[in-house]
Amino acid sequence: MGKGKSDIGPPDYRDMLPEVIKNNYGKWKYHEITKPGVLRHVSESGAEVWTVRVGSPRLVSIDFIRDICDVADKYCDGHLRFTSRYNIELMTPKKENVDPIIKAVEKLGLPVGGTGKSISNIVHTQGWVHCHSAATDSSGIVKAIMDELYPYFISMELPARVRIALACCINMCGAVHCSDIAIVGIHTKPPKVDNTKVSAVCEIPTTMASCPTGAIRRHPDSNIKGLVVNEEKCMYCGNCFTVCPAMPLADSDGDGVAIYVGGKVSNARSVPMFSRLAIPYLPNNPPRWPEAVDAIKNIVEVYAKHALPDERMGEWIARVGWENFFKLTKIPFTEHHIDDFTHAVDTYRTTTQFRW
Amino acid sequence: MTDNDTPLINELENGPWPSYIKEIKRMAKRKPAAKDLLGVQELSFKDKITHWKHGGIVGVTGYGSGVIGRYTDVPEKFPAVEMFHTMRINQPAGWFYTTDSLRKLCDIWEKHGSGLTNFHGSTGDVILLGTNTESLQPCFNELTEAGFDLGGSGSALRTTSCCVGPARCEFSNIDTLDICRDFTQEFQDEMHRPRWPYKFKIKISGCPNDGVAAIARADFTIIGTWHDTLRIDRAEVCKYVQNGFDIKGLVIDKCPTKALTWNEKESELVIRPDDCVRCMHCINKMPKALRPGVDKGATILIGGKAPIVKGAYLSWVLVPFMKMEPPYTEAKELLHKIWEWWDENGRTRERVAELIERMGLKTFLRAVDLKPNPQMVFRPRSNPYVFFD
Repeated sequence: MGKGKSDIGPPDYRDMLPEVIKNNYGKWKYHEITKPGVLRHVSESGAEVWTVRVGSPRLVSIDFIRDICDVADKYCDGHLRFTSRYNIELMTPKKENVDPIIKAVEKLGLPVGGTGKSISNIVHTQGWVHCHSAATDSSGIVKAIMDELYPYFISMELPARVRIALACCINMCGAVHCSDIAIVGIHTKPPKVDNTKVSAVCEIPTTMASCPTGAIRRHPDSNIKGLVVNEEKCMYCGNCFTVCPAMPLADSDGDGVAIYVGGKVSNARSVPMFSRLAIPYLPNNPPRWPEAVDAIKNIVEVYAKHALPDERMGEWIARVGWENFFKLTKIPFTEHHIDDFTHAVDTYRTTTQFRW
Repeated sequence: MTDNDTPLINELENGPWPSYIKEIKRMAKRKPAAKDLLGVQELSFKDKITHWKHGGIVGVTGYGSGVIGRYTDVPEKFPAVEMFHTMRINQPAGWFYTTDSLRKLCDIWEKHGSGLTNFHGSTGDVILLGTNTESLQPCFNELTEAGFDLGGSGSALRTTSCCVGPARCEFSNIDTLDICRDFTQEFQDEMHRPRWPYKFKIKISGCPNDGVAAIARADFTIIGTWHDTLRIDRAEVCKYVQNGFDIKGLVIDKCPTKALTWNEKESELVIRPDDCVRCMHCINKMPKALRPGVDKGATILIGGKAPIVKGAYLSWVLVPFMKMEPPYTEAKELLHKIWEWWDENGRTRERVAELIERMGLKTFLRAVDLKPNPQMVFRPRSNPYVFFD
């Protein structure tokens, strides 16, 4: 078996660009959203490119990709791109191609939207289709949420864009921690140490060092080459499980999701901010996770009703105060909401200014 | 296994959003691995727990990353996914493709894998989802023949990604795609042979709207900006206002530093350039009338990451303004200094931000030969505990 070539890197993007993009690279002057899911970019040269943005389930078959390629061959001179939120973008210099593109993708069962003041696709992780550390599923719960929020994908009626992301454990591959709404899979029970396997599959000092709260110790019985967990100190982060497979902490009843809100990465108006805890725990309830879906829908609806134009979720909450966020959404505020990790005291209120 | 065996996941074929279950079922007609994946997914929905084990070490010759080993814990029930490894395929910058290149990828994956993919993974790669150990090398060989290569994984430089940039966006202040391509080619070794304390990510956004969330998740964050004054097309501003656009409410009042005023009498938008912090809001609202300045470059920030282990960080300003022209020597030299210091001092699974917090920003700045400046902080310290060494 040959070795293949080595370290060639990805294909050069310059070989992938449509003609109209190549000719107007760096010369774009302005853009407009002509309707939900359709962008028109105009160049200094007067040339224009129309983009149809299409939602995708992300986990797709090669036949799905081939179907999209057929549309791109027919209307986009054999080019297309994807966005960082998994949407497909079909681009053409010809305005008359826009409606046929929309018809073609709708025939494939795919929605057009995700532009401007919409809820675009949910950035997410692998979950139960592929990940060993998942505390919840990803594709399944995302599908359940997007079915419910679908009207917001195909329209632009919200005060501002709402970026939703989901991570199936607190490793959070992807930037979920700075999203308008972040859904995070959580464990709520300490790892179950399998000391028959620890010495065979784990490095004991590395596993002890992996614990951010120092909860893992050598087994007190020196005849046992193993580990014990001080369960009171465990915050279920799973870092030990990542370095030691003999410490699983997934649990059918204990695992679930937490909801964080009000984060953003854009610098527009306010500075980028982290999402903050709104709901500490909701159960895993496949196939449709009704508790999580209802909670998210409620947050979106309350935000849509109360935020001012162009106010992102976090900006709205900053203006009305977290005390009002909990009041308006009817989400109970509990001791779990009060930070007790590093830098916690920075979140305690040091003023008499607050709302009743 | 028939549809009758998967009542829970069948439910997710309903509803308006496109269904990944339908996609898996499409491949299940001709791929046993896709068929057994349906079974594993159904079992997880029933048990409310994952059925995947820790990955073993698998890969292709000469590489330490790019392949994630994956095995199910129920191989007796679902033998076709006993091994279900992932291959991360480095995407072209900006996620632009020709249909020819995509069809080639599909044909290779038809031959060597489950036929299931992610377009794309969170980090940016094309994810080829599910194959066995024997297929990895032949699949890789064909991928490189077709012009594709693996991305990063493990304690290595991860696949770099960027926003659409100058390819189709008027806001971009740097050539995000070229920086992404250039860095990716230069750092192939750092990406494919893990040797650091932990992962390291580089992300490039063309403007402070930060379309690829670089500030939240990249250890080395490059965000395009400008050093002069934003450009105002007075005639176009007037057109917005004549068309009923509420310039006072939607732009002037929203400016975070009150740098804009609207002179009603003269119909003129006036900016106090020194007060503008380049937040992008006014440009976002009036793209036909307002544009970034012409002295373009990037702000370099350091340390963005998700919570594991010591908590999440947003990137911190390191170099307020850096010109970004090929071959990007200044940025690359800075990267090498950062990697050397981190590699020397970092503990296992310690990201660069955690090391900076442990050792102090002062120590870090000395190590990478940067002078302190007020743009690096929101505010100076309030405590009196200064080390005068």
